[in-house]
Amino acid sequence: MTDNMRTIIIDGEEVTVPNDYNLLQASEAAGREIPRFCYHERLSVAGNCRMCLVELVGAPKPVASCAFLVRDMRGGPNGEPPEMRTLSPLVKKAREGVMEFLLINHPLDCPICDQGGECDLQDQSMAYGRSGSRYAENKRAVEDKNMGPLIKTIMTRCIQCTRCVRFATEIAGVPELGAIGRGEDMEITTYLEQSMTSELSGNVIDLCPVGALTSKPYAFNARPWELNKTETIDVMDALGSNIRVDARMGGVLRIMPRIHDDVNEEWISDKTRFVWDGLNRQRLDRPYARQNGKLAPVGWDDALSVAAEKLSGDASKIGVIGGDLNDVEGLYAAKELFESLGVTSLDCRQDGSKAGGGAREGYLFNSTIKGIDEADAILIVGSNPRLEAPVLNARIRQRWLTGQCEVGVIGEAVDLTYDFDHVGTGPADLAGLAKKRSGFIKALKAAEKPMIILGSGALAREDGAQVLRAAGELADKIGAVKDGWNGFNVLHTAASRVGALDLGFLPGEGGRDTAGILAGATSGEVETVVLLGADEIDMDALGEAFVIYVGHHGDKGAQRADLILPSAAYTEKNGLYVNTEGRVQMGQRAVFPKGEAKEDWAIFRALSARLNKTLGYDDLNALRAKLIGEIESFGQIDHAPGSVSAATFKPAELGEAGDVSDAPFAATIEDFYLTNPVARASKTMAECSALVADARAELQAAE
Amino acid sequence: MTYQLLQDKDRIFTNLYGHHPVTLEGAKQRGCWNGTKEILEQGRDWIIGEMKKSGLRGRGGAGFPTGLKWSFMPKEVGNRPHYLVVNADESEPGTCKDREMMRHDPHHLIEGCLIASFAMQAHACYIYIRGEYQYELSVMERAINEAYDAKLIGKDNVHGWDFDLYIHHGAGAYICGEETALLESLEGKKGQPRLKPPFPANAGLYGCPTTVNNVESIAVAPTILRRGADWFSQFGREGNAGTKVFSISGHVNAPCNVEEAMSIPLRTLIEQYAGGVRGGWDNLKAVIPGGSSVPLLPKEICDDVLMDFDALKEHRSGLGTAAVIVMDKSTDIVKAIARISYFYKHESCGQCTPCREGTGWMWRVLERMARGEAETSEIDDLLEVAGQVEGHTICALGDAAAWPVQGLIRHFRHEIEERIENYRSGKPVFVAAPVAAE
Repeated sequence: MTDNMRTIIIDGEEVTVPNDYNLLQASEAAGREIPRFCYHERLSVAGNCRMCLVELVGAPKPVASCAFLVRDMRGGPNGEPPEMRTLSPLVKKAREGVMEFLLINHPLDCPICDQGGECDLQDQSMAYGRSGSRYAENKRAVEDKNMGPLIKTIMTRCIQCTRCVRFATEIAGVPELGAIGRGEDMEITTYLEQSMTSELSGNVIDLCPVGALTSKPYAFNARPWELNKTETIDVMDALGSNIRVDARMGGVLRIMPRIHDDVNEEWISDKTRFVWDGLNRQRLDRPYARQNGKLAPVGWDDALSVAAEKLSGDASKIGVIGGDLNDVEGLYAAKELFESLGVTSLDCRQDGSKAGGGAREGYLFNSTIKGIDEADAILIVGSNPRLEAPVLNARIRQRWLTGQCEVGVIGEAVDLTYDFDHVGTGPADLAGLAKKRSGFIKALKAAEKPMIILGSGALAREDGAQVLRAAGELADKIGAVKDGWNGFNVLHTAASRVGALDLGFLPGEGGRDTAGILAGATSGEVETVVLLGADEIDMDALGEAFVIYVGHHGDKGAQRADLILPSAAYTEKNGLYVNTEGRVQMGQRAVFPKGEAKEDWAIFRALSARLNKTLGYDDLNALRAKLIGEIESFGQIDHAPGSVSAATFKPAELGEAGDVSDAPFAATIEDFYLTNPVARASKTMAECSALVADARAELQAAE
Repeated sequence: MTYQLLQDKDRIFTNLYGHHPVTLEGAKQRGCWNGTKEILEQGRDWIIGEMKKSGLRGRGGAGFPTGLKWSFMPKEVGNRPHYLVVNADESEPGTCKDREMMRHDPHHLIEGCLIASFAMQAHACYIYIRGEYQYELSVMERAINEAYDAKLIGKDNVHGWDFDLYIHHGAGAYICGEETALLESLEGKKGQPRLKPPFPANAGLYGCPTTVNNVESIAVAPTILRRGADWFSQFGREGNAGTKVFSISGHVNAPCNVEEAMSIPLRTLIEQYAGGVRGGWDNLKAVIPGGSSVPLLPKEICDDVLMDFDALKEHRSGLGTAAVIVMDKSTDIVKAIARISYFYKHESCGQCTPCREGTGWMWRVLERMARGEAETSEIDDLLEVAGQVEGHTICALGDAAAWPVQGLIRHFRHEIEERIENYRSGKPVFVAAPVAAE
């Protein structure tokens, strides 16, 4: 037994638990369930609900097990191990008492409450409550608060556990929730009657143990037991948050986080959570072809014939642009088909990023998301992680809160929910940083585990390759890449990007990149452009080219398209996604594709037969077997390489040598809520976006 | 055996009634700041040892031995400074002893702050003064300025211990008199009690080792050290040593504050100093012996109970702040306790469940009982609810809210039953005994 373990007695049973456990965790280790409302593993301890009271032998009063550490327990007078009881009559009475207090002012509106069926209060009152009420007075009513388009409030149900307040203050970093009033008049409120200015606000819905804070878009839609729950992966950003998609009768009704400590802990961004109504709007449910200037529905047979005809010409006049939400399998099938046709103009980087092409470490988030917890200096270059990966940003904030990590930013100085040293604004500041003798460079050099995070704002620009080199050189200078630690990180914004780069979905010999394809289309050198769900490019630049759009939403790409081949959205297909760390994760189908839409890989398999270039697989498993046979990393599910190959990685050789421009790094995400076709189809996201725009306009007017 | 009253020569607060000048000069004439340097020169171990020997128990209500509390502070100052915080947020209904001390004898407190801070190696001390104590605030501020000007405190003072004294004015919440809520409030946050452990001696003000003491505990320290622990401990019974300022209010002929020895019989205290109960001792109904939070005592117990921690505890009450609230036979006792219950409902911070929900419940039931509109079975329910609050909360406000209710039901259950009976049969619910001529 080591020094930090201690043997204690729980209900007469000896257990050995770590000293820094609280009694609640110790009890769980011993297989005892302790009811709780305010306690949450990832928030500070409040100890205010008093539901977790246990009996400590020798103590005059029951103690809150969430707030009492094993270390603080006192043993018997003759060296007996300390003893606690979780099943004694005293504990039972205490629980009943607290439960009764919680219920006297809680409305009995379970039948119309959206939390019903997954409500902590409901569940625990069944297990620990009394059978009837002795409260003869009038119940308290609390006025509902306006908390924006995402969170519905029924504040009479609130049990003042303050989980939401602690989440907002500690995790989200926006101290905009609080309790006003005292005693029984205490109310949780934003005070200003507006939504939280956080991209993570939806998480308070999960945290709320009762139905006080519920999902507004989901309100009165379904009961939890009616929903089919599918565990899958999110594609709203490159984090690959683990999610659960709840659907009923072919429609996605809500999205919840799953716990994955190395990726998203148990948080997801508001976009991830509330984008689902976009999955039911603006859908491409059948093939369309442009006839007399208008898109008209056609059958798959005709559509594939048109596509085959357009693609069988001169391969050098064909360009293929990959989108942001694609699964690996679809991209792989597309790449195989187009390469067999001799097409070399492929690019998965519709934003024009210069990442990719070299060593895999050159475009991964090598420190891993979990590694942020160990970093002692973080330099963020050309990125606004708060908008590009809100959950990751919260993790940086958690690290910063410990006081053991300094943060520097080169780029726009925006509110990241933590303080940072604004080192500079553009690539010149990055290139010149290594030569500096004071300021943030000192922190970077002194750091044991420094991190450089390159955002898309740094790489998606003309001199992106030079910026990449400058960042690599800096990483080399400060010793960010060494045995056991790789501090060179690229933070992507597109869920499909790393997977596509792993596939080598890049221009081949003499091929054009995204900018080249668009320029070619404008000048007429490129006659056919295939957009694989690529909607973030300048559609006007496509000129007279024939555009084949393979995707699932009627967004910009579909509007410009001459031929639409409808595919499946991320909730409608089994697929692999590689997150920004290089972690391969497997998504599962929650609902079937809309109408006649098909999975991407199947579309290209069908098309390949028309072009007499039949791909060598007839089902997804065969495709995956071939894929993993070619590129091993796709078989390593849930593995992030991290610093495994740091010893052979040469960051200073990344990108291209050359001068960088003076243009400051610009934001790549203007509107967090509208970054992709699914989000742009969502009414909820539109409301959020409008609110942010209004707030910004108001602020400018005030200034 | 007749009780020997405390003589003037053994009183610590010789200007409790403000008959003499409050100024530094006046205080010095009464013995303040006499030989302070010599006391400090004896060393901190001696001071803490002497405080322990004196048997002084905290005067804020809980009665924790003061010397022992001081000794909990870390022996060496680490990278965190030590603090002394004086709790002058005296808000317990019936209690007004600290007010008089600060108003008329501020230098006792200031000298005590210096000595206690020295003993605990604190260079800074905060006095958290109740929001309503405007006048006392100005008196204290003047006295502190005097002490600074005379180089008694401050940087490079005559006592050789750099020491700064700050006054913080509260905003009027009763809960901020709870030591950890007081620290939260002092830090600028909402006054809500903290979870313990960690105790303030480990992590108090700004996370640094802190001792929080009542005004009286600190103010008596210099005199104890000057006159010796033995002098102090000769008063009162074993374990209840010393002199104590009692606040006597309610249905007495001459409400007052008075410093007397501990363990004085309650009846002697009331009759000797407060002019007796209105209408004579036999007109007494009940006494709340230690501020509104402790259970009341009916006349039978009051006849011969001694005023100290242990004697009152034996009768399932407490000395608390030693604020004696006297109620004669004209008192509507149920309504009186309902009013106290309202106070605790109003002052509950709302942080933890039993107190937030329970105080309101108890108050509402009591209000109905005062009107007789209740069921007899509800008396037991009420007692049970009080038990569900007591001991289940973060701080002691839950206990303080439950005790008066428990005391009422323990001693006056028959009155509640009678009222319910009267209400049902259409009789007047409560007929007050005629008020005795004053």
